[in-house]
Amino acid sequence: MIRLEKLSREFQVGNQVVHALDEVDLVINEKEYVSIMGVSGSGKSTLLNILGLLDTPTSGDYILSGINTSKMDDDEMAGIRSTKIGFVFQSFHLIPRLTAFENIEMPMILSGIHPKERSNMVNFALERVGLTDRSDHRPEQLSGGQRQRVAIARSIVMEPDVLLADEPTGNLDSTSGKEVVKLIEELNLSGLTLIVVTHDREMGERSNRLIRLKDGKVITDQSNT
Amino acid sequence: MRLKDLLFLSYTTLIRYPLRTIMLLIATSIGVMAVILLTAVGEGARDYITGEFRSLGTNLLIVIPGRNETSGGGSPAGLAGLSPRPLTIEDAQSLSQIDNIRRIAPLVMGEAPAQYDGLERAAPILGTTPEFLMIRQWEMESGSFLPGASMRYSPPVCAIGKEIKSELFGDENAIGEWMRIGDRRCRVAGVIAEEGRTIGLDVQKAVVIPVALGTALFNRDSLFRIMVDVESSSRMDQTKQSILSIIKRRHQGKEDITVIKQDTVLQSFDNIFNVLTMALGSIASISLFVAGILIMNVMLVAVSQRQSEIGLLKAIGAKNKQINNLFVVEAIMLSGLGAIMGLILGHTVTQALKVAFPTFNFLPPMWASYVSFIVALMSGIIFGLLPARRAAKLDPVEALSGNK
Repeated sequence: MIRLEKLSREFQVGNQVVHALDEVDLVINEKEYVSIMGVSGSGKSTLLNILGLLDTPTSGDYILSGINTSKMDDDEMAGIRSTKIGFVFQSFHLIPRLTAFENIEMPMILSGIHPKERSNMVNFALERVGLTDRSDHRPEQLSGGQRQRVAIARSIVMEPDVLLADEPTGNLDSTSGKEVVKLIEELNLSGLTLIVVTHDREMGERSNRLIRLKDGKVITDQSNT
Repeated sequence: MRLKDLLFLSYTTLIRYPLRTIMLLIATSIGVMAVILLTAVGEGARDYITGEFRSLGTNLLIVIPGRNETSGGGSPAGLAGLSPRPLTIEDAQSLSQIDNIRRIAPLVMGEAPAQYDGLERAAPILGTTPEFLMIRQWEMESGSFLPGASMRYSPPVCAIGKEIKSELFGDENAIGEWMRIGDRRCRVAGVIAEEGRTIGLDVQKAVVIPVALGTALFNRDSLFRIMVDVESSSRMDQTKQSILSIIKRRHQGKEDITVIKQDTVLQSFDNIFNVLTMALGSIASISLFVAGILIMNVMLVAVSQRQSEIGLLKAIGAKNKQINNLFVVEAIMLSGLGAIMGLILGHTVTQALKVAFPTFNFLPPMWASYVSFIVALMSGIIFGLLPARRAAKLDPVEALSGNK
């Protein structure tokens, strides 16, 4: 469902051109559970941003569900992010002035779904992450683990095909980290393609497939069976 | 995105930063209030001045010798009573045949020394008939105004202003005393209570004598003007035409007079004050633009403060247009709420001023409320656009990481 062909991303830093991604070829199939690892600067975040259509490659093609995304404009990419892709960030990125319920509702608000329908879907998402009793709480009233679960609920509320997680346990203690990992793995088992960028070796090894990046190139791509 | 959701999201930002919101609301509301207060003063002044004019009688037609003079007391020829063909007392008399005319007061003006008991003052002299008192609605302090005088008869009587009375007679009784005006003698029959100026004449300093005495005194056959009080205001124009045609017939077919309506004078004052009010309003509107610029600054700060939020919204599928709308609506809400606050404040303060200064009528015109509201809203929109566009154009990756 995801295919990268000779995909490069260059950044201009001062006079130097940095190759964050250098002719990467990669295929990720539906329902896979993929970890991307690498030291900082290896290009793993850039890869995740491109997979999430937040960033565009300098050259090469990114084909998502059979659609070549390289010629899309901002609005088309926003549309795909809205319906096909869910994001989970290291720092949660919840909107502080909104309640858990409203934060989860946000993607549906943006795509103009009717409030009645929204309410059902938000409640269902809250149930899946086990936070039904926290729906009226603001982010500041929630623990780190709870905040990340709200963020996960928000990422799945539009029922995307792919969940992209950027260091999802990076800001959490090990107990809540484990809960979060368990949660996203459950989501993967129920059919969601899961791509996680992580530093955490343990998490990398739990996945079905581990991709290591170095200097913008894939150095290992192994299946953990 | 639904409008209700858009409004709700913008509303949450207003609540989230209460100090910021309150400051911006105050800035906008002061602007709107300033427009309302200043225009209220302008309109009040207009109302006051035109009210004064109306008290002179709007049914007034003024006949002026000469064709050039079109409004007020303008041309030198008119002021001096000079004209190719003089406007005479007989002309004034001839007007009494028009049935719609209630009163006629011919006027002749000049200056002459007024003497009593060895004291002498140069006084402005007004020659007219007793009708003038009614037309101008003057009050007498004592005595009567030119008793027995008419266009035909000129008994040697006069009425004097308060100031000349005290200068020549002091605290003594002036009524019935004989005084000299130029080379004539006349008996003081009344003292005029009025203050202020009329047709360029300080009433308090003036001596009023019968009209024929005036023409004789100044050795002049032309009148300064004729004031005509018309019975029915609906027939003003018709009466004006009758006056023109009668005088024309008397002047060998030459239309060498001008007839102006009191209304015309009133109208020009009205226009002047309308312009004044609008000028005041526009000056006050500048403060609305200042408020708009303030909103822009604050919104620009908001955009950089909320970078990571903007990045998130983009990540979860917000289109650039939606981000743009969020910020524009926020700016509109700030300016709109500020404008409403300003309208309430402005009208409240106007009412308070009315109570404090009952003699002056503060009238905030309707258009001031509409215009200031719309200008406030527009400045919110215009000055909200730039920050909103900046927000919409943020790169999602950079915005998410929270630095530029």
